[in-house]
Amino acid sequence: MPKVTIDDISIEVPAGTTILQAARMIGENVPPAMCYYSKLEGSGGKCRTCLVKVTKGSEKDPRPMPKLVASCRTTVMDGMEVRNTTSPEVTDARKGVTEFLLINHPLDCPVCDQAGECKLQDLSYEHGLAKSRYEFKRREFERKDIGDKIQLHMNRCILCYRCTQVAEQLTPERVHGVLNRGEVSEISTFIEQAVDNEFSGNMIDVCPVGALTDKTFRFKSRVWFTKPVNAHRNCPTCSGKVTLWYQGEEVLRVTGRKNRWNEVEDFICNECRFDKKETKDWQIEGPVSVDSHSVISQNHPKIELPVIQKLIESDKDSTQK
Amino acid sequence: MDILNTVDTIPLENILGKKSPDEVTEEVKTSGLRGRGGAGFPSGLKWSFLDKSTDKPRYLLCNADESEPGTFKDRLLMEKNPHLLIEGMILSSYALGCETAYIYIRGEYMFILRILEKAIQEAYSKGFLGKNIKGTGYNLDLYVHPGAGAYICGEETALIESLEGKRGNPRIKPPFPAVSGLWDCPTIVNNVETIAAVVPILKMGGAEYAKIGIGRSTGTKLISASGNINKPGVYEIVMGVSVEEFIYSDEYCGGIKDSNDIKACVPGGSSVPILPKHLLFKESTGEPRLMTYESLSEGGFQTGSMLGSGGFIVYDEKQCIVRNTWNFARFYHHESCGQCSPCREGTGWMERVLHNIEYGHGNSDDIDLLWDIQRRIEGNTICPLGDAAAWPVAAAIRHFRHEFEYHVKYPHRVMDADHVYQPEMKTLVN
Repeated sequence: MPKVTIDDISIEVPAGTTILQAARMIGENVPPAMCYYSKLEGSGGKCRTCLVKVTKGSEKDPRPMPKLVASCRTTVMDGMEVRNTTSPEVTDARKGVTEFLLINHPLDCPVCDQAGECKLQDLSYEHGLAKSRYEFKRREFERKDIGDKIQLHMNRCILCYRCTQVAEQLTPERVHGVLNRGEVSEISTFIEQAVDNEFSGNMIDVCPVGALTDKTFRFKSRVWFTKPVNAHRNCPTCSGKVTLWYQGEEVLRVTGRKNRWNEVEDFICNECRFDKKETKDWQIEGPVSVDSHSVISQNHPKIELPVIQKLIESDKDSTQK
Repeated sequence: MDILNTVDTIPLENILGKKSPDEVTEEVKTSGLRGRGGAGFPSGLKWSFLDKSTDKPRYLLCNADESEPGTFKDRLLMEKNPHLLIEGMILSSYALGCETAYIYIRGEYMFILRILEKAIQEAYSKGFLGKNIKGTGYNLDLYVHPGAGAYICGEETALIESLEGKRGNPRIKPPFPAVSGLWDCPTIVNNVETIAAVVPILKMGGAEYAKIGIGRSTGTKLISASGNINKPGVYEIVMGVSVEEFIYSDEYCGGIKDSNDIKACVPGGSSVPILPKHLLFKESTGEPRLMTYESLSEGGFQTGSMLGSGGFIVYDEKQCIVRNTWNFARFYHHESCGQCSPCREGTGWMERVLHNIEYGHGNSDDIDLLWDIQRRIEGNTICPLGDAAAWPVAAAIRHFRHEFEYHVKYPHRVMDADHVYQPEMKTLVN
């Protein structure tokens, strides 16, 4: 098995593992990834936030790589040495990429439903500048309606291409894609058409920013005021394993279960996501453990277990009846 | 020298079937031919990377998506001598074992597409293309495919995507096209001039071809000369002509227009760094600078540039470097594919800052900001378009910072869209 050293920590990984995956296995100093999604084939390489420096190519060919490489798309070689947070060059490049991603971003976090679980917020908190050096008008797109369930805010998009990959790999027909070129390229449907099929809702889960949000959850609550609870149901189309986001006793939204890297464990169907919004539809498993760095954890440690207990009991009651 | 301007070619029967494909590849390797599209990678070596271990079909693609500002050599070659390209395609395909080859031509060259299609039809009717070419048992089909007018489709993997009918976004390498290219099959992408040069190489022999030129820059090169010169046009030079001779000799550019003084020169198409007069004719070592891959890139980007695709743009003393840099930045902003963030956002930002400086709205921080933006684009993108956008800006600031400073310091003098650069600018800034 190839052995790779990232920031002086060595690990043996299966052949074909990428540097980013190896870093995730180590679990520390993981490069941020805005476009890479391990469950989507061909994703990654676009946002350039995960750039790392390879100081030693491999045992056989110890030459360093001439440029910074995208860790999400570079496979490890035996004896490879990688510098991530310990390289000033990488930190500087990442600062640059963060700045590039933010110059045209509307920064409308106060009214954005993604705020609190937005990867761009995390990224700019870690690598961004306190003030913008961009003094021009930010780019704006015409608003487009892509259906009654999903809200598209193109102004917030960072063009990670994840949603097009979801559509390509999960749904029978992709009706949306990237139109135009360069700075003005946008996610859109080609002819004003609704994105409508059983798995289209997963576009919301994979979106790292607030470009694609859930219309049924729109403006209902800030995510950090809601409490995530794992639940499942017998769903004929998907695995039925979801996270319910409660406020009081009301389910405000349903999403896939996300892991530490903000990737869903299973893609869920639209019926589970948009239509099953009552506790009685679900078997409650228990509260989700929230990674402490997330802003969602603000209220989370104080999650009143009795409330969950009550929910589980009421759930039992309803099934007994 | 005009070995690419010849109509008397070799009988294909002498090569196909007589020489093995490996011998043809070996001949190209011996010739020292280097890619004429810009990067200057040895062509024979590139061919030898082609993955021959699979049963998959192999493809040869001719990159005729010539869109670099300042470069117009392939256009002339295809327009005036289409059969040379077709013969080059047949010989190269034979060497690589391809049975299908494509010429990907830029959409704006629609009239050349018609010329090529006519020439291909002629070749088919004479039995130079199709099944069992000239009784040698070798089959080859050649197609011309037009692009839709995107600079990015000249990048080899974007070209492949576009040919497959997809959005012309560059792929992330590796895998390289030689292993997995068109329809996931081993593919070689070569420039028009490279493929055309295969014909004289096989005609005179690789070793003989290698004698033309200097050192590792062998053979002849088409140079598209433009700008403030007396005789703009495409010239076929023997590698090793000095830059001074190329600009001032009557055989080539014929000197600067109106007997003005030369100020700067972009020797290899808009994406390579600009060279000021004092670095143009002499290398940093004091040796005269020659038109070769090595000599033009001598000293790295501090004191050198690149031969690139041979788009030779000359500026006289009256030209404004800031305006020129803005113009280039505008081009790259327009042509960025928008796939990766540094290029998508950075090229537009650079263009706007340069526009501000050029039109007298800049401030002194803008020059440093510009330097910062280009530094963070360069090397951090998927394909070389990011580098191509960053290099001209970097070089302009490196060598002509005083002009940028002049624009910032005396905005009222540069407000006029067609202001003329005054040589005394330099003293005003200092």
